[in-house]
Amino acid sequence: MSTTKMYSIWFFVGGMLTVLGIIIFAMGIYYIFAPESRTVLAHLNPSLWWGAIMLAAGLLFLIPAWMGHRKA
Amino acid sequence: MSVIQLSWVDWSIIALYFVFIIGIGFYLKRFTGTGEDYFLAGRKNSSWVAGLAFLSANLGALEILGWTGGTMKYGMFVSHFYWVGAIPAMLFLGLYMMPFYYSSKIHSVPGYLKLRFDERSRLLNAFSFAIMTLLMSGINLYLMALVLRTILGWDWHLSMWISALAVGCYIMLGGLMSAIFTEIVQFFLIWFGLFLVAILGTVEMGGMHQVLSGLPDAMSKLWATTGSASSNAMGVTWAGIILGLGWVLSFGYWTTDFLVVQRAFSSKDLRSARMTPIIASFFKMALPFIIVVAGLVAYKLTTNPLAHFELLKHPVTGEPWNDTALPLLIARYYPQGLVGLGITALLAGFMAGQAGNVSAFNTVWTYDIYRVLINKKASDAHLVWMGRITTLVGILLSIGTAYLAMQFNTIMDYIQAIFSWVNAPLFATMLLGMFWKRTSATGAFWGLILGMVTSFTIFLGFKLGFLPPALVHMITFSQAPIHEISDMSRNLSQAAWAWSVCAIATVLLSLVTKPKPESELVGLVKGFTKVEHEGHMAWYSQPKYIAIIAVVVFAALNIYFW
Repeated sequence: MSTTKMYSIWFFVGGMLTVLGIIIFAMGIYYIFAPESRTVLAHLNPSLWWGAIMLAAGLLFLIPAWMGHRKA
Repeated sequence: MSVIQLSWVDWSIIALYFVFIIGIGFYLKRFTGTGEDYFLAGRKNSSWVAGLAFLSANLGALEILGWTGGTMKYGMFVSHFYWVGAIPAMLFLGLYMMPFYYSSKIHSVPGYLKLRFDERSRLLNAFSFAIMTLLMSGINLYLMALVLRTILGWDWHLSMWISALAVGCYIMLGGLMSAIFTEIVQFFLIWFGLFLVAILGTVEMGGMHQVLSGLPDAMSKLWATTGSASSNAMGVTWAGIILGLGWVLSFGYWTTDFLVVQRAFSSKDLRSARMTPIIASFFKMALPFIIVVAGLVAYKLTTNPLAHFELLKHPVTGEPWNDTALPLLIARYYPQGLVGLGITALLAGFMAGQAGNVSAFNTVWTYDIYRVLINKKASDAHLVWMGRITTLVGILLSIGTAYLAMQFNTIMDYIQAIFSWVNAPLFATMLLGMFWKRTSATGAFWGLILGMVTSFTIFLGFKLGFLPPALVHMITFSQAPIHEISDMSRNLSQAAWAWSVCAIATVLLSLVTKPKPESELVGLVKGFTKVEHEGHMAWYSQPKYIAIIAVVVFAALNIYFW
């Protein structure tokens, strides 16, 4: 068994949400310039603000978990 | 022709998810050297980690899809399955039952039965649980493939094999630790992937009051229409909801089903284990804000011809298929990118449920069947090896069951009823075992058998129609014409009878047979189990105070939506 310290689960949660948040947010920016989406409520551009929320949540998990791992 | 067309961005998100969860399995493999690591995640999880995994293991996508669709039929009544049908039992598990489970340092629920009673009860429960878990796992797999094929046009075989093998891969590598890590990632994906549907649906309707307005009373009330079974779409009265769902089915599932309870066993100490279901209860209470809201939005859209929202037809029955409501809402509101997130959330739900089944199965097989009947002297390393092999075998058997379900669609009717056969009587056994020192091993074993037989007989009686009408009325506590008695009402009464027969038989037999000596009940029965004094802790660290907050929220929700 490894003796190295394991990353906490919050590191993985943060990593996943951050990466997906970036992709969704980037799609939101794309839709500002190419608003061809035919979905209902497309004018609200949900990708933009939902991606931003995911990104913020991801960083809130990721940064403390990463710093905690480095200190340990 | 599929309903949702995926772009390369959506495919990238789905691929990223698969790479990520399998990567977690490879990363965790190096930390799972012992049986304690592999089967109980090292018993070092905090209450938050165990609590989210506890809920996530229960949160299969079929439940999400099924109850969103169920809301279109039953309305707000579906919330009963999340509130009265879950919260009291989860709090009871945390406050009163967990000390006996956790203090005995067992690996599984059947393990408790062995310590409290004897090997017979352990093996009976281990086999019935293993069979139930595998069948449920296979059915979930089949239904997942059915949904993916209908909505996305994906190939049956490919979607079943890829998702099952991905789950098998990360559980084989990291055991329960992998399952818990991925379940928590999946928990967040489900919330971020699906809550937006409810938000956008509410926005389209013009606000929450518009979602609720104009609904028939039978759909918009929680308790006000439970005075008579004919006043609500579910066809049950308040007594049926409280006794059948809130007591027998709910307590039977949440307090004894190893699939969920295993997550609490992975906690680092007793306080964390007790907090596990209590923390999970808050998230359970929040789920109707995704599921019921989305279902009500779908209902309103289908009843408005101008909305151009139509459910797909079921590929087998040809009837409008309520389970397609949520994917159709995803297609309605989500542009490229978000569609990938929504589909990933559904896949995450499927796989979290699958992982829960497989990790529970490998533990019960390894500790309660293999080590008891086949290799009594197995070393710890050998048990870990066996756990890995069992995971693979479990996955393959699940796939086999899925193909069986594909051939014989009616098998699902039987399998849905298994919960009543296994969990309802087991709850009576556990309750008596933990809180009545006189309960004997013989009483418990035969009580369990009689409870299971009762449940099975009633089920077959309903299914094959051999019960006389007078007996059906007595069993269901209903005077309604037999064809008007709903499946839900039958399930609830079946569980209630199984529980009652098991409890009465266990008590009577225990009174005439020899109980275990008190010296063997330490750590297993109330009055013989030391619970750590928590008075020196801050209030927010004490399970009882957090449980009181949960009760207040639970009561407020029920009163608000009365």
